[in-house]
Amino acid sequence: MADEVKLLRTWSSPFALRIVWALKLKGVEFETIFEDLAKKSSLLIENNPVHKKVPVLLHNGRSVCESFVILEYIDETWTNGHPLFSKDPYEKAEARFWAKFGDDKLWLSVRGILFGNEAEQEDAKAQAREHLKYLEEQLEGKKYFGGEAIGYLDLAVGWMANLLSVLDEITGHVLIEELKFPLLWKWMQVFSDAPVIKESWPSRDKLVVKFRAMRDLYLAGKN
Amino acid sequence: METSEELKLLGFWVSPTVARVGWALGLKGIKDYVYVEEDVMYNKSPLLLQLNPVHKKVPVLVHHGKPIAESDVIVKYIDETWKNYPLFSQDPYEKAKILSFAKFGDKLYADAFKAMWSRGEEQEKVVKSTIEELQKIEEEIKGRKFFGGESLGYLDIALGWISYLLPIWEEVAFIKIFDPIKFPGIALWAENFLSHPVIKEKLPPKDRAVEYFQERRAFITSIIYG
Repeated sequence: MADEVKLLRTWSSPFALRIVWALKLKGVEFETIFEDLAKKSSLLIENNPVHKKVPVLLHNGRSVCESFVILEYIDETWTNGHPLFSKDPYEKAEARFWAKFGDDKLWLSVRGILFGNEAEQEDAKAQAREHLKYLEEQLEGKKYFGGEAIGYLDLAVGWMANLLSVLDEITGHVLIEELKFPLLWKWMQVFSDAPVIKESWPSRDKLVVKFRAMRDLYLAGKN
Repeated sequence: METSEELKLLGFWVSPTVARVGWALGLKGIKDYVYVEEDVMYNKSPLLLQLNPVHKKVPVLVHHGKPIAESDVIVKYIDETWKNYPLFSQDPYEKAKILSFAKFGDKLYADAFKAMWSRGEEQEKVVKSTIEELQKIEEEIKGRKFFGGESLGYLDIALGWISYLLPIWEEVAFIKIFDPIKFPGIALWAENFLSHPVIKEKLPPKDRAVEYFQERRAFITSIIYG
């Protein structure tokens, strides 16, 4: 039976991008359905009634939600393609731990820079740098977080390779300087150059416009 | 055969996330490990800070000298390392549903905890949403002995705190969320869950737990409400 795979996403969501990358790495054909979160489709509401969020993966009509859950589902379903995880349970555990860390800690501090006033930005930047030190260590002796090939953790934190330069343009704050984080710096280039990753980036100009607008709106709302 | 030197669990007696790890090990029949009680409130050990520098929290499982933190990461690691008594369905879709629902359970946990320490309108609001969220749990358990079916699974472990901790929080905060009449499915599940031998032996003593959360609540409210 031919697989029917659909991905509900927005054009800019870094979480949805993880799924695009994973499906492409696995060589899975899929249809993209772009959602307007201001006007959610009935398809989205039906398939993610609890959170009404994207991304949602629809595989032969059955829905899977939450980007990390979707990544694990993809890896366990399409087992012949590019593996997202190591076979070693400890390496798997490490990948899961740092992926959570990326979302729970690093993403929050990056948002703090994006949406903060000057003082908040300095705080958030210091925190982000602490977080990045841990990720820098994870790259020791490796080309990607996944080792020789792109893995789950690369996909989980891959948003850095693109969004941090957008952040720099909007706020003037640079997080990953080559001298301070040489491994992360190199990883950002290598990861972004991988064909599946390169061809999937959303328009950088559009992202700058969007995040700049979000920042202005947020700061206006605070005052 | 694992020796007790090879497996170590750093924990805290009343922590539900530590309990998850204890339950997972118990279900797999693993009894031979060193348990280290951490004084997480006042005096974290250098060992804990060294093994979990990022979060400085328990549980931490150390296996062959390598530390793993975060209860969900640890339980998955245990399930993938010891293949007996699988905690997940073999079917990727069923597994995905379990993981999504467990994430929802985390939100319920956060809201229920907030219901425990908050006051006034804020408390009313979060009690209301906690009850709504519990309704989804009720729908999920309907007609089944455990979330894992006939035997315990990952979701039972992840949601286990509902059976014994939620009633303690209700007592401490003088609130009512888990009404057995409104949630008969969960009530029956809780009874089955709490009487399971592996679960029973890892529950904190009730009186001590009530006292502990009374203190916690007083401390948190003094900071937030002054």
